[in-house]
Amino acid sequence: MRTIPSDEVTVVLHVNGRARQLQLDSRVTLLDALRDHLDLVGTKKGCDQGACGACTVLLDGKRVLSCLRLAAQCDGREVMTIEGLARDGRLHPLQEAFIRHDGFQCGYCTPGQIMSAVALLEEGRATSDEEIREFMSGNLCRCGAYPNIAAAIREVAALRRK
Amino acid sequence: MPGFEYVQAEDVPGAVAIVSRDPGASFLAGGTTLLDLMLKDGVIAPGRVVDIGRLPLRGITRRDDFLLVGTLTTMEELAAYPTVAERAPFVRDALLAGASTQLRNMATIGGNLLQRTRCRYFRDLAVAACNKRTPGSGCAAVTGPARMHAILGASEHCIALHASDLCVPLVALDAVVYIQGVGGQRTVPLTDFYVLPSDRPEVENVLEHGELVTQVEIPLLPAGARSGYLKVRDRASYEFALTSAAAALMIEEGTIAMARLALGGVGTIPWRAREAEAILEGKPANDQTFRAAADAAIRDAFTVPGTAFKVELAKRTIARVLQTVAGLRS
Repeated sequence: MRTIPSDEVTVVLHVNGRARQLQLDSRVTLLDALRDHLDLVGTKKGCDQGACGACTVLLDGKRVLSCLRLAAQCDGREVMTIEGLARDGRLHPLQEAFIRHDGFQCGYCTPGQIMSAVALLEEGRATSDEEIREFMSGNLCRCGAYPNIAAAIREVAALRRK
Repeated sequence: MPGFEYVQAEDVPGAVAIVSRDPGASFLAGGTTLLDLMLKDGVIAPGRVVDIGRLPLRGITRRDDFLLVGTLTTMEELAAYPTVAERAPFVRDALLAGASTQLRNMATIGGNLLQRTRCRYFRDLAVAACNKRTPGSGCAAVTGPARMHAILGASEHCIALHASDLCVPLVALDAVVYIQGVGGQRTVPLTDFYVLPSDRPEVENVLEHGELVTQVEIPLLPAGARSGYLKVRDRASYEFALTSAAAALMIEEGTIAMARLALGGVGTIPWRAREAEAILEGKPANDQTFRAAADAAIRDAFTVPGTAFKVELAKRTIARVLQTVAGLRS
């Protein structure tokens, strides 16, 4: 890869609560910055083209596709990845529910599914199975674990309403 | 792909000035179209990318009978704006049907208007014949397998579809595009914003290089009007339209007093169906009227074997959305 000085950017990403300064080629996506430069490989590269949802992270609290965003666009912003969900060694309730309901087979789409589901709950869009399926439709699971993914989300949503 | 210089725009005039004087420069907003075409497909290669993402062009202002929507407002933000659900519900429906939540959180309203076609021949550099990508090279979609392509406003030069859902109700509502150039601001009705491909498919809209869409004015429906957006696709969610239709009707004592109709999934541009509107207005709101309107809307279709099914599917989509909006079916 040929790099000329003007094609570089200096970026500060606030990832999972920690400021990380990076010197990057301007072409580097947020996804590649996380995986290749910060060694946070929980976020997965599926289609790398905005069609599968495997790279879903939270940017300033909103779910986005990290493959379709330049790292440079995220300068100064808060990024949360699957690595940032656990608190004091305890898994996030959605992570526990995915394990309990076996919401995966190969597991490759799982970090994206869970990050998307975290946002889904914040959006208040998990009030019915129909709603969960529609608003999780941007996360594909080629193993077809959808019934168990929906069950995990449904359970956590019900607990939250109590 | 080649490298590029990344520039963070500081104000609107500055951003417009930089791109206007550099033919190789491009604005970057949400990035869901541009970065896809640059980084993934390699179809376009700007040498300079001017990120307008932090400019104060985000937000929605309510006026008496229209909304002024900043170009950087996201699809998700516009869909969540209460007035949209109250006074232009088919805009909300089209937004929610248009992309996943992740994409709606990224994609902007201005970017949605300017999204490039999903034609897979246009997006595949291994395909030599694409008049849109390489003017004069031919159209591989006309002779090759095609399905997700246009039948209206299409010709042997290009059958690339404008795949926006949002733009369908917006052309029905007579939305207006606010444009900033180096010489000042101008406004263009959205129905005049797009250019039919004819024999120059590389020209897609009336924007000069360096002009920036800053706002979109979205008129609200009159009180008492009902609207709907119906999208027919290969899977239940998160898929482009095969056909779609946006309709708004005002019905008084069984007679259609006002009709707006536009189509998606079928046009090289977001397709306003004025002939159909003329048939609807003044007629009784019944199936016979709706079918006549559907027939009028889909005339002079240019089809290839893979898209011929869209003629009847589009007519049924129109009839169905009109029946639904009129309350004749749920």
